[in-house]
Amino acid sequence: MKSLKNHISLIVALFTVLFSVQIYVAVDRTIDAYENRLKNDYSIIVVSNKSLTPVEFKAMDSIIERSEPIATDQVLERLKGEMSPKNLELLKLTLPKFYRLYLSRFPTPAEISKLQNRLQKNSSIERVEGYAQTHDTVYKLMLLFKDVVQVFSIAIAAVTSLLILKEMRLWQFQHADRMSIMALFGAPVWLRSAVLFRLAIVDAIIATVVLCLAFLMIEQYGWMDILLRTVGITIDLFDFLHDGVRSLIIALSVSIVLTFTIVIGNDEEE
Amino acid sequence: MDKVIIAENLSLSYKEFETIISKASFSIDAGTFVFITGASGSGKSTLLKSFYGAIEPRAGALMVGGVKMSRISTSKLNFLRRNIGIVFQDYKLIKEWTIEKNVMLPLIISGYTKEVSGPQVQKLLGHVKLIHQAGKYPPELSGGEQQRVAMARALAHNPILILADEPTGNLDEYSSQVIWNLLEGANTQLKTTIVVVTHHIPNTITIPYKHFHIEMGNIHEIS
Repeated sequence: MKSLKNHISLIVALFTVLFSVQIYVAVDRTIDAYENRLKNDYSIIVVSNKSLTPVEFKAMDSIIERSEPIATDQVLERLKGEMSPKNLELLKLTLPKFYRLYLSRFPTPAEISKLQNRLQKNSSIERVEGYAQTHDTVYKLMLLFKDVVQVFSIAIAAVTSLLILKEMRLWQFQHADRMSIMALFGAPVWLRSAVLFRLAIVDAIIATVVLCLAFLMIEQYGWMDILLRTVGITIDLFDFLHDGVRSLIIALSVSIVLTFTIVIGNDEEE
Repeated sequence: MDKVIIAENLSLSYKEFETIISKASFSIDAGTFVFITGASGSGKSTLLKSFYGAIEPRAGALMVGGVKMSRISTSKLNFLRRNIGIVFQDYKLIKEWTIEKNVMLPLIISGYTKEVSGPQVQKLLGHVKLIHQAGKYPPELSGGEQQRVAMARALAHNPILILADEPTGNLDEYSSQVIWNLLEGANTQLKTTIVVVTHHIPNTITIPYKHFHIEMGNIHEIS
């Protein structure tokens, strides 16, 4: 019973670390998906007095992914009844070229203004419309939320690491007799502390499995999915292969590093 | 004859200005049976501890099994301890291990497989008359039985030297006799060097032995 209690203490602490890391990853993934959605909807309009090729646009700034000329036919079609064909032809010749520029990622307001300045340095470009106000409140809130989650994740990881360290100190006391008897018969440090490492590894695996089950439940209930869909995002909150492996590596690293700290500390005390 | 233990002007102390053993010079030949006696607090156990590296010489030199004990490295100390058998007054058995596994400890540490160590452990448990208790745990055994287990453990890896600290101090007559018989047997049949720290030498000892006595921090050999 006592041993089970010790296991649970470490598993809960490790699970908390993994859960906070996974929440940070999920928030980051959500913001990436939202940025991607904004990026696809976002473009800059450029008015030029001569034709410009996609290569010329790309040379102006590397953030420009592609450019599309905006057809003026529709506008001219509407003017057909109001103007004579001759004037319409003349207007067609003097009308500037319109382009829609798509970017490789969603830009910050500073990046938009920088890009506008660069484009306007080109003598043939007459006007650039950047729509800087596109940065909506949802996006800004998401960025704020990401920062908050990051700070909380670091704090939780630090506090739980200290808890794990304390828990392992308890283990060390529980196993001190056995370890000191083994030392009297010449057992090397790794053999004396093999039980501690085995416990740490088993608990790391259990904590990872519990995390996978927790996210499986969250996905089963689907309420997170509904929340995300309200802002037009669909993401994998927990990718069982990648996130599962990453969580296992984190759990193993944390528990093994802390066990090492205890074992080395114990060896120096002897 | 090879010397298993050589001490030259050996001084031992726990605190800087409190000398327990002072400038002791003596040697112990391989294959001898040695008793170290002295009053309580005379430093018998401290001297024994220095033989297995639990306390470092304050001054002078101490060599055990050809290994210099001053500033000894952990790996050398582990190597030395793997070739020594120790019997403690308080047995020092691992409570959560079975009797069989406790006896197997030195063999596990030396890297022997269960196939090799199993029969050796069974043989030793037979010698200490505890074969029927092999699956039990130390707290289930009496003090005498626990000390017999500790004795079997000390012999398991055929050590070159057995150090025993008051091995029969708390034991009944029967268990004491089993312990002395085993120690005598190891010395006569396996030529193992035996060093026993005790208050008094038992009358039942039938083999020749050396006797060192500690008094006021000095060690004298008694012929």
